[in-house]
Amino acid sequence: MVPGNLRYTKTHEWALLEGDVVTVGITKFAADQLTDITYIELPSVGKKTIAGSACGNIETVKAVSDLYSPVGGEVCAVNSGLTADAAPLTADPYGTGWLFKLRVTGNAADALSGLLTPGAYQNQLESEGH
Amino acid sequence: MSYVQNTAEQQAAMLASIGVDCIEALFAPIPSELRLKRLLDIPAAMSEIELTRHMTALASRNRNASDSVCFLGGGAYDHFIPAVVDAICSRSEYYTAYTPYQAEASQGSLQAFFEFQTLICQLTGMEVANASLYEGGTSVTEAVLMAAGVTGRHGRVIVAESVHPDYRSTLKTYLANLEPKVTEVPTPEGFANPDDIRKVLDDQTSCVVLQHPNFFGCLEEVEEVAKLCHAVGALLVVSFDPISLGILKKPGDYGADIAVAEGQGLGNPLNYGGPYLGLLACREAYVRKIPGRVVGQTTDRLGRRTYALTLQTREQHIRREKATSNICTNQGLMALKAAVHLTALGPSGLRETAHLCLNKAHYAVAQIETMTDMRRRFNRPFFKEFTLQSSVPVHSLLEHARDDGYLAGLALARWYEGLEDCFSVTVTEKRTRSEIDGLARSLQSAVRHGVRAVMA
Amino acid sequence: MEKNQSTALIFELSRSGRRCARLPVSDVPDAVVTIPQRFMADAPPALPELGELDVVRHFVNLSTKNMSIDTNFYPLGSCTMKYNPKRHERLAALAGLADVHPLQDDETCQGILGLLYEMQSYLAEIAGLHGVSLQPAAGAQGELTALLVASAYFKDKGQKRTRVLIPDSAHGTNPASAAIAGFDAVQIKSQGGYVDLEDLKAKLDDRTAVFMITNPNTLGLFEKQIATITKLVHEAGGLVYLDGANMNAILGITRPGDFGADMMHYNVHKTFTGPHGAGGPGSGPIAVRDMLIPYLPSPLVVRQGDRYTLDEDRPQSIGRVRSFFGNVGILIRGYCYIRTLGPSGLREVSDQAVLNANYLLSRLKDQFEVPQGDRCMHEFVASCRTLRREKNISAMEIAKRLLDFGYHAPTVYFPLVVPEALMIEPTETENKETLDAFADTLIKIKGEDAAFLKEAPHTLSRSRPDEVKAAKEPILRWKPA
Repeated sequence: MVPGNLRYTKTHEWALLEGDVVTVGITKFAADQLTDITYIELPSVGKKTIAGSACGNIETVKAVSDLYSPVGGEVCAVNSGLTADAAPLTADPYGTGWLFKLRVTGNAADALSGLLTPGAYQNQLESEGH
Repeated sequence: MSYVQNTAEQQAAMLASIGVDCIEALFAPIPSELRLKRLLDIPAAMSEIELTRHMTALASRNRNASDSVCFLGGGAYDHFIPAVVDAICSRSEYYTAYTPYQAEASQGSLQAFFEFQTLICQLTGMEVANASLYEGGTSVTEAVLMAAGVTGRHGRVIVAESVHPDYRSTLKTYLANLEPKVTEVPTPEGFANPDDIRKVLDDQTSCVVLQHPNFFGCLEEVEEVAKLCHAVGALLVVSFDPISLGILKKPGDYGADIAVAEGQGLGNPLNYGGPYLGLLACREAYVRKIPGRVVGQTTDRLGRRTYALTLQTREQHIRREKATSNICTNQGLMALKAAVHLTALGPSGLRETAHLCLNKAHYAVAQIETMTDMRRRFNRPFFKEFTLQSSVPVHSLLEHARDDGYLAGLALARWYEGLEDCFSVTVTEKRTRSEIDGLARSLQSAVRHGVRAVMA
Repeated sequence: MEKNQSTALIFELSRSGRRCARLPVSDVPDAVVTIPQRFMADAPPALPELGELDVVRHFVNLSTKNMSIDTNFYPLGSCTMKYNPKRHERLAALAGLADVHPLQDDETCQGILGLLYEMQSYLAEIAGLHGVSLQPAAGAQGELTALLVASAYFKDKGQKRTRVLIPDSAHGTNPASAAIAGFDAVQIKSQGGYVDLEDLKAKLDDRTAVFMITNPNTLGLFEKQIATITKLVHEAGGLVYLDGANMNAILGITRPGDFGADMMHYNVHKTFTGPHGAGGPGSGPIAVRDMLIPYLPSPLVVRQGDRYTLDEDRPQSIGRVRSFFGNVGILIRGYCYIRTLGPSGLREVSDQAVLNANYLLSRLKDQFEVPQGDRCMHEFVASCRTLRREKNISAMEIAKRLLDFGYHAPTVYFPLVVPEALMIEPTETENKETLDAFADTLIKIKGEDAAFLKEAPHTLSRSRPDEVKAAKEPILRWKPA
């Protein structure tokens, strides 16, 4: 089961709202697909993102996956330790494996309203056959 | 003669194994109405003797750098190629191999490409080089696309008009449907004046592109332009001449961020324009944005030093619709030639080659200016190529020299308005004093002849 | 025998003061200082210093660590690794061809222009199309060039078409080229190895600029519905592009122009046997239907009476896609090949390429799964899916083990639509004995122990490079200790 306190994207990011800051990571399902991570490119602090736009990527030997910003905002922190050691990303994707934090543009309370609920995301995983 | 080996008996046995009566049956999936019901309309087959005669006859209809004295440049140069280059590169273990995807079966090429990358870094003073691109023009384009990726700026690209016209034209073709727009900086003094660049440079500019030495042979104020670029967060892309780096300052030492080149002069013959060799080197920080193939050093399962293609996720066939580059193949055989060539020259050979080019080109200018009324068009320092202004029509001047056995220069009229009376001359290390004296005499007589013609 | 000296890097072999190439003593006076100091280097680049014998020995020894067509069977799917005739190398090196400067006046290179003109017309005839540009340097650049031509054509017609449709079995370069040409790539599903017509119909509309198809496709199948497909695309106002990577199967048998393609690229280094050079040079000319000719890159070679000239005065052209004319050295080899084979020889190439592939398939189809059936064109795709599930033997293991027996591996893990894919293309130049020995070897490997295969190859100088390490902390050049 996916954690109930988060919201999700179709592209397997999770988002957690605290005040006007959204923490972003990738789901356990996505992390399990990534064997042999070779490089993580995170957005730089200060970068403005719009919801659904690519803002970084995760590379393995054979593939590269884009990271999408779940909501619009300004990047205010990145988990820069991951670029040296990606282990937390797969070991603890909902905790120490977080990727970046955004300060939300506009009304913080509504920020996550466009994202999938835990139930909807779980349904998506099941309909994709996982 | 199609190099097919199977005998009639073997073919019959193969058909039996497949379970069909004839080869034709294997083409059943192709609907009859789509079939070509005749033979292709191309000439009949030739034997080796006939083909050799035919090709030799075609070859004899071309003047070339072996039967004429070649002073042509413009991005393709008649440089010396040591015999070791051809001897090594005609090993068919190199030239009949495919892209080294199976590292264990390709350590020869992979190590040679790793050495090539290192040699290009040593040559340019840059930190990273790829395993080559198509040629000089597309290398400039790939560098511009890369600069947009590195800076995240998709607005303006500034290009000096003293950059090779074919390179600029290639860039514009590629950018036709993409975001970045090219701003060209005129170069009426034969080089890009840093003041003119400053006027158009802004914080939306991803890069400035210079060629150094440029298309006219002149040196650019690369160091000053690098400072201007860096002040606004733009990159300096420089297209350099590899041979010039025997004496000129390296791109990495004057602040270039991406250095590209036409590498033909490193062991590759003129070949009427290709295959040539695109070089691209850059700063370490951009390593994951570099286009094309790269070879990396790693270890195998027993811990032995091993070479393999790496960072392949950047490559377009994996990036698919997210690709930011059109490079798929590299120019493996040309890169090998360049690696052998640079190794054969070594530091002393490269320096001597560059000195010979420099001295002979300057001697040529002195002779021509002494013997004719022609003068250099631009008062700028130059390396091996220079632009002359002619008092007689350039076309007839060059024709006259050609009749004397000299491929004397390139008329600039086809590329530049306002330079209709100019042509450029290149002098490489292969030219001798007597050939240069001969050229000067030929031009002298052409000018006299031209003067007579005008008076008459 | 391990040739240790060849695994040292040239930089490690360098000793200060050694020389290989010698330059003449200058016969002109030194230039009186004309270059300001700010442009000058303090010292020449720190290139390695070796004697001539060591340079030769190093690179010759290195060459022995390669597999190549001249030493090994190379059944690499989609790459058409056929024999590279030696006479081509000798003829392409004639001074009257190799030493011609690309900016010489047309009058001084009538031989080479004539050859290129003829090559344009042969490629048009083989394609069943009308105009040819020899400029693109490789297949991927041919794709891009043709898509830019299509874009210019629609712009001229005042149509805003933004999408390029591409089957899911296509080469990865197709969507990449579409992106650089400024189009959105839209994927079309396959059904049993063929284009899913319903999916195509659903996605065809007035936004469709081009449908890109590889035919025969990457599964080695001729697209049976090709006439229907091209008709549908044309009715929607789009153009059909043929990825010509697999032309070796249909030379003189069917022509892309005749089955409805409007544009295509050739891979001269595949179909017309330019040596692959360990990754290039290639040459990727394109052929187009008559209405697209004005948009082809400049210059084209044209004939006026008995003279050939480069035509640059083509106002609707997309411009250049590279400097100078093209990869002429490779085009010369392709020309030699076409002249050597003639019309019957070219037809025989495809007959025998298809015979060889089907024979190999008949030898292997009971041993490996071949999802797309028991017939193919010039190549086929076997799957190790069951082998993987039941014995934990993957396509990669088979590929690596083949190297031990002196066979280059097939293409693995492509096309993406077949799991654990082994894509096998024997080409027409191999004989039955070689194919039999290869089939026997594959069958033998299949019976080997999985753990043993995981560590293959066992007999080469290297085995299983650590790709994760290579990509994590890239070492891309030698540095002094």
